Amino acid sequence: MSATTGAMHLTRRSATELATAIAAGEVTAREVTDEHLARIDAVDGSIHAFLHVDYEGARAQADAVDAKRAAGGPLGPLAGVPVALKDVFTQKGVPTTAGSRILEGWRPPYDSTVVSRLRDADCVILGKTNMDEFAMGSSTEHSGYGPTHNPWDTDRIPGGSGGGSAAAVAAFEAPLAIGTDTGGSIRQPASVTGTVGVKPTYGGVSRFGLIALASSLDQAGPCARSVMDAALLHQALAGHDPKDSTSLDLEVPDVVAAAKRADVRGMRIGLVSQLSGDGYQPGVRQRFDEAVEILTNLGAEPVEVSCPNFEYALAAYYLILPSEASSNLARFDGMRFGIRVGDDGDANVEEVMSATRAAGFGDEVKRRIMLGTYALSSGYYDAYYGQAQKVRTLIARDFDAAFSEVDVLLSPTAPTTAFKLGEKLDDPLAMYLNDVATIPVNLAGNAAMSLPIGLAPEDGLPVGLQIMAPSMADDRLYNVGAALETALRDKWGHLLIEEAPAL
Amino acid sequence: MSSQTSLTAAEVEHLARLARMSLTDEELTRYAGQLDQILHAVDRVGEVAVDEVPPMSHPQPLVNVWRADVVTPGLTADDVLAGAPAAEDERFRVPRILDGE
Repeated sequence: MSATTGAMHLTRRSATELATAIAAGEVTAREVTDEHLARIDAVDGSIHAFLHVDYEGARAQADAVDAKRAAGGPLGPLAGVPVALKDVFTQKGVPTTAGSRILEGWRPPYDSTVVSRLRDADCVILGKTNMDEFAMGSSTEHSGYGPTHNPWDTDRIPGGSGGGSAAAVAAFEAPLAIGTDTGGSIRQPASVTGTVGVKPTYGGVSRFGLIALASSLDQAGPCARSVMDAALLHQALAGHDPKDSTSLDLEVPDVVAAAKRADVRGMRIGLVSQLSGDGYQPGVRQRFDEAVEILTNLGAEPVEVSCPNFEYALAAYYLILPSEASSNLARFDGMRFGIRVGDDGDANVEEVMSATRAAGFGDEVKRRIMLGTYALSSGYYDAYYGQAQKVRTLIARDFDAAFSEVDVLLSPTAPTTAFKLGEKLDDPLAMYLNDVATIPVNLAGNAAMSLPIGLAPEDGLPVGLQIMAPSMADDRLYNVGAALETALRDKWGHLLIEEAPAL
Repeated sequence: MSSQTSLTAAEVEHLARLARMSLTDEELTRYAGQLDQILHAVDRVGEVAVDEVPPMSHPQPLVNVWRADVVTPGLTADDVLAGAPAAEDERFRVPRILDGE
């Protein structure tokens, strides 16, 4: 295949197709990688999905896959398929910043388990994607290195915190990407970029080497352009890891088989009354209602479900998350890694620490660290952190009650389509409201997916549907998601992402 | 509940000091208003009746994890110190930790 005719072709293929073509010898892993690197060179100036492109490393990984194939060795299920990695994962020798200036120039001495699993699957890691600093945000505008732009409209946000990963996939810079989801950071970017994103069950994917935001909420997962591609990546990532004490030592649900099944006949799908209504944009509600109708026509039975404590999820989350974050981010003290400021030989350690953290952290990180410090301080602990933990129990109980009646729950993923860059930057609370529908799942620890269900008529921008499943029933997400995706693809003649403007 | 919180710049400065961040006056004033607004919003958790409700710190029950007592390779001092802002004699070099003479 020549580079000129192949460029468009290879970058627009699915991960599933690329893996098959590489395994069959129709195309080399090196060709696939080179075409994606060329695409990044061509479009990332206007998207800024990547903080670092690992040209040399990616080509070496691709060559290794080709050599392995030539030698007749067994290939991983995603052999030669390029993946973009959120910059919150350590990758040995490759710059890792978590979107923060405080880690500028740091090259980790070890691989995260997610990276090890990608290597085991023979994936090619193209580079590190942009994100809100330490994953705090819903727009990537809180990145210390400038925002990512939405491929559908470069004046708009790509969501956050994993806006870089979602935009890389939506802009055909990579067929697959890795995200992390603490309050919606995989699902909300998927929603506003017309892509698929999954937050697995907490403990489903190892957190070893994931720079922690809130340890009881963080979970890594796949970003892709189709449900099947997401399933393949999910399967490559998931499974027990002795290096993470919260990693679940349970059999991983067969998400690939579920994506192939794509059959919702007889399933009960719950519509959460607390995640609808006036706060949701009319076009979001319209596409959501249409998607429910499609699933109903496919044989599912819709049921209204009430989760009364979801109304308090946002409040509980913005106490629990800052509390855990303020503790986790204490490690960035300018002593062992990253930058150090004000070490003039006279200043003491506390002064250097305070100057380093003031210079290295951005606004949102500083706000949340202080919020957490406040919520954990004596005199406020019971009223804030303690109370939020009890509300968290009630939210988990709401899920338990709902899942005793239905197989999955549905809601819009985000209340609106992509908003303009800068629109909510100075209003933290307005920014937080983007995650109102995604946060309950993080608090309870179960699994959820966002997939595209059309464009909002009023602005022509993608709308996402959220599917929520019980813990360790991640396969249901893929079954329902694939059924809906197939029906929509039959209706449109293609995936929604094909309608994204050329860059 | 501490419902009618109203954070002053002085209180924000205290929090910033606890969190080891030296903030400018402009930052202190700006954050005071924003944190105040956020605290009023999160105050809503106080509206929920939680008597008899156990707190939840974690989505899955935490259990102690043992592993076999087998030696596995770790990082070398060089690997670790390569990312340090300052190193000396195979150690992290840090600013002075005591005041005065």
